[in-house]
Formats: sequence, C-alpha cells, structure tokens
Amino acid sequence: MAIFALVDCNNFYASCERLFQPHLRGRPVVILSNNDGCVIARSDEAKSLGILMGTPAFKIRQLIKAHDIAVCSSNYALYGDISERVMRVLGESAPNQEIYSIDECFLDLDRLSVPNLTQWCRNLRHQTMQWTGIPVSIGIGPTKTLAKLANRLAKKSVRESGVLNFMDDPIRIDTALRETSIGDVWGIGRRWTQKLEERGIHTAHDFANAPDAWVRQCMGVVGLRTVHELRGIACHALADQPAPKQTTCYTRTFGTAIYDKMQIQDAVTCFTEQAAAKLRKTGQVAGAVQLFIQTDPFARNVPKKSVSGLTTLDRPTSNTRAIATAVTQIFDRIWQDGYGWRKAGVHLFDLSAPDQIAPSLLDVIETPNDSLMKAVDHINTRYGRGAARMGFASKNAAWQMQQAHVSPRFTTKWAEIPAVRMM
Amino acid sequence: MLRLVNSPPKLETLLFSTHVSAGFPSPADDHIEGKLDLNEHLVRRPAATFFVRASGESMRDAGIFNGDLLIIDRSVTPQLGDIVLAILDGELTVKRLKKADGVWHLAAENKNYPSIPIGEGDCAFWGVVTYTIHQHCGR
Repeated sequence: MAIFALVDCNNFYASCERLFQPHLRGRPVVILSNNDGCVIARSDEAKSLGILMGTPAFKIRQLIKAHDIAVCSSNYALYGDISERVMRVLGESAPNQEIYSIDECFLDLDRLSVPNLTQWCRNLRHQTMQWTGIPVSIGIGPTKTLAKLANRLAKKSVRESGVLNFMDDPIRIDTALRETSIGDVWGIGRRWTQKLEERGIHTAHDFANAPDAWVRQCMGVVGLRTVHELRGIACHALADQPAPKQTTCYTRTFGTAIYDKMQIQDAVTCFTEQAAAKLRKTGQVAGAVQLFIQTDPFARNVPKKSVSGLTTLDRPTSNTRAIATAVTQIFDRIWQDGYGWRKAGVHLFDLSAPDQIAPSLLDVIETPNDSLMKAVDHINTRYGRGAARMGFASKNAAWQMQQAHVSPRFTTKWAEIPAVRMM
Repeated sequence: MLRLVNSPPKLETLLFSTHVSAGFPSPADDHIEGKLDLNEHLVRRPAATFFVRASGESMRDAGIFNGDLLIIDRSVTPQLGDIVLAILDGELTVKRLKKADGVWHLAAENKNYPSIPIGEGDCAFWGVVTYTIHQHCGR
C-alpha cells in the first residue's frame, strides 16, 4: 500500500517574520499583499480575532490599533529562502518529495521502513522546527487526498500535536471523513461544493459513499478519482518534477491611481519583462499574451473600469521584445482616458517547451535573440532585478510597490542580516 | 535566496581529465581536485545555518567583537560551555551557556556585563554560534 505524507508549514509567512523578530511571538501578525493591499496571511492570534484572508488593510485599521496587531508587508526574498531550507530538510529525510507550494510538500514514505511511522514523523517535525525555526504539521495517509485531510485535522487538533497518521486505522479515517465538510476536501472547489451540497452531499463521508456511476456522470473522471482516493485507493502518484505550468503571469497593484498613459505603459512594459523572464526561467515559450488594467474596486465616488485584451503571438516565443510589442499593441487598443488605473497584469498562455512546436514550412525557427535575453537575465540575477531593462521602461515610477512595513531580507542580503545586540 | 556556493568557477576548468593525449602531460594532473571552498569548511548544514552581525562588547573576552560576523548552526543542540544565540525578553542576543551553583546561566564574557540566570523571564535558544568571522584589515 502506498504511504503519503503531506507536510504543511503552520502560518508560514507569519512564522518567517517571527524567526528573526522574536518580539512578534505571541502577538497577532498579519501579512499584506504586494503594495500593502489585502491580508494574505495571518498568525493564529490574528485568525482568532476574526481577520479573514483577503480583507483590505484599510478595513481593519481600527482592529490593528485596538489589538496591537503587527502588520508586515510581504517579504518574498525571506519566505523563498526559508521555504528552500524547510523543503531541503524534508527532502533529505524522505525517499521521495514533491514540492507542492511555497509551504507544503508531499513525501512518499512507501519505501521508508521504520518501525513507528508516527514517531518518525514527530521526529521529522521536531527536526524541521529545530533546523529552520518553522513549525509544520504532518498528515499521513494511503492516498494524497487522505494525507491532505489528515494534515488539516492534525493542524486543528491540539491532541495530535501536529502529526496525524491514518495508516492502518480505518476507524479513524471513517470518523475524519464524517467530520470533514465536502468543501474542505482536496480538489473540490467552491463550484463543486455548491452543486454537491444541493444533491445532499455535505461531508467527505457522503462523497466517499456516493455511487461511482453517479459521480462519473456528474463530475467526470476527476471527481471519481477524488472519491476513490477518499476510499483509500491511490489514484495520484507523487510527481517527481512539478508539471510545467500552463500559464504564467505578472500582476501588480500600483502605489496610487494613475491617469497618465505613458506611466501605465511603462508599468506594463516592466511587467512584461518580468513575465517573460519567469517564462525563460522554466525554459518555455508562450503562444498568447493577455493584458488587463483596472481601476480600484474599493474606491468610492470614482468611475470603475476593467479592460483587457488578448492576442496570439506570431510564433511561440519567450523573447521580451516580441512579447512587449504584442502587449503594446493590446495596450493601445484597450487604453481609455479619464480613469484612475490602479492595477495591471500580463498573463502568458499556451505555454510549451520550444522543442514541442512543429514549425511550419515558412517559419524561421526561432532562436529569439537568445544571447541578448540571456545577458539581460544574467545581469538582473547578479545585480538585482531591474538592473538591465528594455529601453522604454523607467525607474522609480509612481506605480512601483508600496511596502511600508517590509522586514529586512534577513537571509539573502549581507547588508540586511540580523544585528544581534550583545547586552 | 541564500546560495552558499554562488556559482561554480566556470572559467577555470580545474577538474580536467588526464585522457587528453595532446600536449605535455603535467605531473600535477592527478592531483588537481578542485578549489577549497570556505562554505564547505564553515557551513556543515546549509539548511540550518544562518548569519548574524554582532553588535556590542559583552562577548569581548570570548573573541567576539563589535561588527563581527557570526555563523549560527541551529541543528546543533546547545550544551554547557557553548556560545549561543538566545532570545531574551523578545530580543536576540549572544551569551555563553554556563552553570553556577547548579543554576544555568546565560553569561557575558566581559566583567562589565551581568550573567543572567535561566528561568528568570522569557528565554529561549535560537541556535549555537559555530564560528566568528573577524575582519583584521579593513582595506
């Protein structure tokens, strides 16, 4: 039988902020999105104050003052480095690892023959905490879906002390399925939750006992797989490598509303550079690009607007200039005067590896100024993002990020490592 | 990201093979193994190793001076006599772990600074200081 573990960092961003700022321990902490817009992460203390994910920062100003809540701008340099450390500790301990997101990974513990799996996971949890300072929870089950479910309960229950093991424990699985509402099952989104509830399926247990034919008819093979996984039949294997992403995007909110066309165009060009660099990093090319700009959805007494355009690229490419030309065309097409634009995004679609493209007879197979793009990427890696830019982008513009409460890059910049006072 | 080995030295091909038949065989061929990497020496467990900057004089007699770079290994479990990074009243500080009259202390290494008995107030270990890097020449 397969054995999967899902390891998930507890309140990851808040835990990272607390690592070098011990005075934040025990205090409610919230982390704001890029540009200090919305709450994207919370410590347990902030959760119990009723602060929800996605709450705009201005709506909790009173609460912040009243409860002495620590407010942090997101510090991805720090979170990325700490994530790498956590994943390394976990990956070196287990036979096989799939990094699922910045703060979770699956481990394949099938070939790990230890006398007591629960104890082994408790030790791993302890080691991760000691080595990296980040608390984690571990759920163990015969399928990935059950491991995920076990993790959720491990995190909620004080008694389980961070590790919950479903292996060889059908009674426990049964209880857990009854306690888990259908919307909390891995892979069941909001749309399916509503539909399933309309049909009388409220818990994971209801879903696991639904007839195969019915599930297949309603939800197709994807839904059926989830049902089987809830019954303990593994349908999803551990992906050794994360599957190539099908879309990549670069979206940001501006520091203030911008009315000027030139300024927005600058921002959009910069976002295109970032999106294209991301694409090159994964060794892929894009077949289509979408641009959107929108006004502040929360602003009162100003006209609201959201416009977007999509175009296919002449041939799949990852070249900044080719993509920027297409984006500029879209921009000219969708631009409207008179609005205070607050947000823009560049999405790249139809991604593929360059060798998967069948060139047409008339196509010149693209080696898209590779050396130029490589040089640009190299300079930016070495000297910081934005050191080398396309000719038409400007620096220090009004649209750049607002990050009033960002902590130092404690682990990635020599000038910002923690200072320790010897009292 | 903290990349402890930033980029391997690509320009100097140090690990060449002796199978190349052209030219004069160097008697050193068999002995070139690669350059010494300080990271290898100073950082045993990269995932658990952090750098901090010392500030102040309280550990002077242990050879830790203002501005020194400290290497902290969190994977090492603190023992009596270790120099540790500890959290005291919500702040990170460096002290030596000592025992006096059966009581554990976080001790300063400078007679002008007090020793703090563990158990008083809020105290927790952060990691063990494994190396101090002190700059002797500022140019």
